[in-house]
Amino acid sequence: MSEQPKNFGFGEDETMLRDSAQKFFADNCSPDKIHGQVAHDSNIHRDIECIWDKNLWQQIVELGWTAVCVPEEAGGIGMPLVAAVAIAEEAGKAAFPSPLISTYCATFVLNACGTDAAKAALGDIAGGTATTLAITNEKGSWESSDTDVTVEGGKLTGTAYFVQDAKKADRFIVSAKGAKGVGLYQVEASAENLNIIADGIIDLTRDQAHIEFSGTECVEVAAEGAGDAAIDAAMPSMLTIVSADIVGAGEWLLQTTTEYAKTRIQFDRPLGFFQAVKHPLVNVMLDIDRTKSLVYNAACSIDCGEDNTELNARMAKAQASEMAVFSSSRAVQFHGGIGFTWECYVHIFFKRQMHNHVLYGDAKYHRAKLADMVMGKAA
Amino acid sequence: MSEAQRKDTPEQAEFRKYCQDWLAENHPGRPPVKLPQGALELSDPDALEWLQKWQKSAYDAGLIGCDYPVEMGGGGKENCQAIANAEMQKAKTPYLPNIIGMGMAAPTIFFHAQEEVKAELLPKLLSGEHIWCQGFSEPGAGSDLANAQTFAERDGDNWIINGHKVWTSLAHFAEWMILLARTSKDDKYNGLSYFVVPIRENLDKGVTVRPLIKMTGETGFNEVLFDNVVLNDRYRLDDVGAGWKVAMTTLAHERGAGPIVTPASGGMSLEEDESAQTNSVYALIDLAKQQARNGKTAADDPLIRDELMKMMIRSESFKQNQRRASVPTLVDHPMRIPLQFKLVATELAQDLQQIAYEIEGAASSLYANDDNAPAAGRWPLAYMNSFGVTIAAGANEVQRNILGERVLGMPKSK
Ligand SMILES: Cc1cc2nc3c(=O)[nH]c(=O)nc-3n(C[C@H](O)[C@H](O)[C@H](O)COP(=O)(O)OP(=O)(O)OC[C@H]3O[C@@H](n4cnc5c(N)ncnc54)[C@H](O)[C@@H]3O)c2cc1C
Ligand SMILES: Cc1cc2nc3c(=O)[nH]c(=O)nc-3n(C[C@H](O)[C@H](O)[C@H](O)COP(=O)(O)OP(=O)(O)OC[C@H]3O[C@@H](n4cnc5c(N)ncnc54)[C@H](O)[C@@H]3O)c2cc1C
Repeated sequence: MSEQPKNFGFGEDETMLRDSAQKFFADNCSPDKIHGQVAHDSNIHRDIECIWDKNLWQQIVELGWTAVCVPEEAGGIGMPLVAAVAIAEEAGKAAFPSPLISTYCATFVLNACGTDAAKAALGDIAGGTATTLAITNEKGSWESSDTDVTVEGGKLTGTAYFVQDAKKADRFIVSAKGAKGVGLYQVEASAENLNIIADGIIDLTRDQAHIEFSGTECVEVAAEGAGDAAIDAAMPSMLTIVSADIVGAGEWLLQTTTEYAKTRIQFDRPLGFFQAVKHPLVNVMLDIDRTKSLVYNAACSIDCGEDNTELNARMAKAQASEMAVFSSSRAVQFHGGIGFTWECYVHIFFKRQMHNHVLYGDAKYHRAKLADMVMGKAA
Repeated sequence: MSEAQRKDTPEQAEFRKYCQDWLAENHPGRPPVKLPQGALELSDPDALEWLQKWQKSAYDAGLIGCDYPVEMGGGGKENCQAIANAEMQKAKTPYLPNIIGMGMAAPTIFFHAQEEVKAELLPKLLSGEHIWCQGFSEPGAGSDLANAQTFAERDGDNWIINGHKVWTSLAHFAEWMILLARTSKDDKYNGLSYFVVPIRENLDKGVTVRPLIKMTGETGFNEVLFDNVVLNDRYRLDDVGAGWKVAMTTLAHERGAGPIVTPASGGMSLEEDESAQTNSVYALIDLAKQQARNGKTAADDPLIRDELMKMMIRSESFKQNQRRASVPTLVDHPMRIPLQFKLVATELAQDLQQIAYEIEGAASSLYANDDNAPAAGRWPLAYMNSFGVTIAAGANEVQRNILGERVLGMPKSK
């Protein structure tokens, strides 16, 4: 275990990466453009679509973003988690529709598998193979041992639910129960005996699906009995990266709403003059700062190989989920009537935050886990 | 993660080791007298004397004032006070009595006084031999501090001071006061000047100190009346009319947002019982394990557990925010976190202490004068005292105005 650096490990390389991500999103993902793209159809009964710019994915692959968390020996760059956190924060600020966050989550799980097959899959991620986890059951359980998929004779049967960015992914990492416990299996999106059924979801910047496996051929990346442990080992990083996305989206909501409060005049004054607007916006800022620091701390503790990474990551996600709700609710409220419309960009971020809020567990869920860790199980 | 795990420079590492060794040998032990929860409620001269002895020994050892220049009584080091503070906290030392002196007067004197005055006043301030107080607030000037009416009139080399200060913490023990006074009625802000006043030696020469009683029944703050008090001009800080600017230095440090790190010790539980340490979520968890609730303990109650975890997360985020604030590339506005410090710290403590009522249940009704009170009645007492600090140093509503205006750029609410 190495010492935690005071700067959370944000060295020159990480800062440069963050700055280049900022520039990339400023050039390619203005809210105006994202809105025009993902919100082109407001019909509540619209056809389920997966909207994203595959061109931009190619560009970020070339920039090396998918390789950031892939170790060098697997063909990646092997940067610390804080580097990915810096990118995820900017991606959240731009409400970037892409399988980047889900591919990071798959990367963390594959990193924890330690098999040759996993190593090969990691190399593919570095090369741009969008990969996502199919590890959630019908009830939406976040526990690593819960899956509705079974494995027998190298074939998968059953359905995985709530698969993030499924229609964008080239490949799935599936958790399945076999005779000796839960293992992890790689399946190509183009495989036979596989049915990807898109969910109609609220968040316009993502897609989600449930995936039916019916004797689907697969490649084992973690053996039966080792799969849930790999997910558990990856969970702190997964929680941290989603929380980083929340930080970025929260900051966009804060800055945009503050700007509106400075310019919109009512009662002969900008809205921000009124403390009923000013003080809650300050509270949103406090909440964002709390989250950001906890996220950096969680990432840094993971990078340093500390033994309290689960504690730090659950604290970060619990705080992030609270902030996701608060930042988005205040943004709609203080935009008034216009904030309630489809035309206003706020709903894009509102919806991303509400999705982020519950993804891999909400605040109360993580606080219950934390209480068990810190205080022992309740009698 | 502990402070010590972060990277120190070689000099800092050496100093940290020195502090640890010194504290291992020289911790003052448990107090022979009952101490209030903070220095602002000190009223027993014996308690003060014991704490002054502690401050003096830590000062003589170089743990206090280490970042100030040697000629001003400091240690002439760089970025070492935070290390000494962290080590004193870890060693669970008593708090320091001269908190207004070190936290507000010293940085203001350092930035604004004449050189001889710095050399004259800072050594005994840092050693704790001279207690300092802050004469800012008045009956008509609280949140609107610039409305101060206490008047200083020029008389040759001297100033003649008349007026009425209020809520003046520690004035009953203080040798010196930092004073914001009006030197002109023509301009609200530019009519203010800033002085340091030896109030104790003027007690029979126009200064009157009258104690005020707090809602807890404790004392600690006072009214201070000035009746033709004579003060030499050398004790003026900065220019005539520059008082508001000087006061901003004081207030920034008072709110934990100034450039100089205030010497601070603490961490010692005031009772043998660790669960009486009313600023720690872990002490609150200990307390919860001792209190009955719904046939089990409070620590088994899911709602109490949830509240405790909220507080643990807030406590940790506060610590990590301080860490992030020191890394310029990780903050987009340099004052964004420093200006949150006072607000967040005081509300964190207040909310922590409020939850203790629920955890203690019926027994939370017992006060400090009842032997059966859990944790010696410290939690409800701390809760009441917490309002002192959510109001003082600029009420938290005013802090939110400042953050909204200075950091987020929203229009002034006044
Ligand atoms: C679903 C819906 C249906 C509606 N139907 C009708 C209708 O049928 N007919 C009609 O005439 N109007 C209707 N309205 C308009 C509605 O009355 C206005 O949206 C509302 O009065 C707020 O005005 P605004 O949208 O211009 O927001 P603004 O006045 O710009 O205010 C924006 C936000 O700033 C805050 N704020 C504003 N002023 C203050 C203040 N003084 N102090 C503190 N905070 C303040 C509030 O949070 C507010 O939400 C409807 C609005 C909605 C959302
Ligand atoms: C325990 C304690 C110790 C103190 N020690 C000292 C000391 O040593 N030296 C010293 O000079 N002073 C001291 N003070 C005084 C302190 O600085 C003032 O109490 C504080 O500035 C508030 O002023 P006020 O009490 O006159 O309240 P007011 O200014 O009358 O305000 C009352 C309340 O109104 C609200 N409020 C006021 N203005 C605004 C606004 N613009 N926007 C929104 N809400 C607002 C706040 O909730 C505030 O608490 C101390 C106070 C306490 C409680």
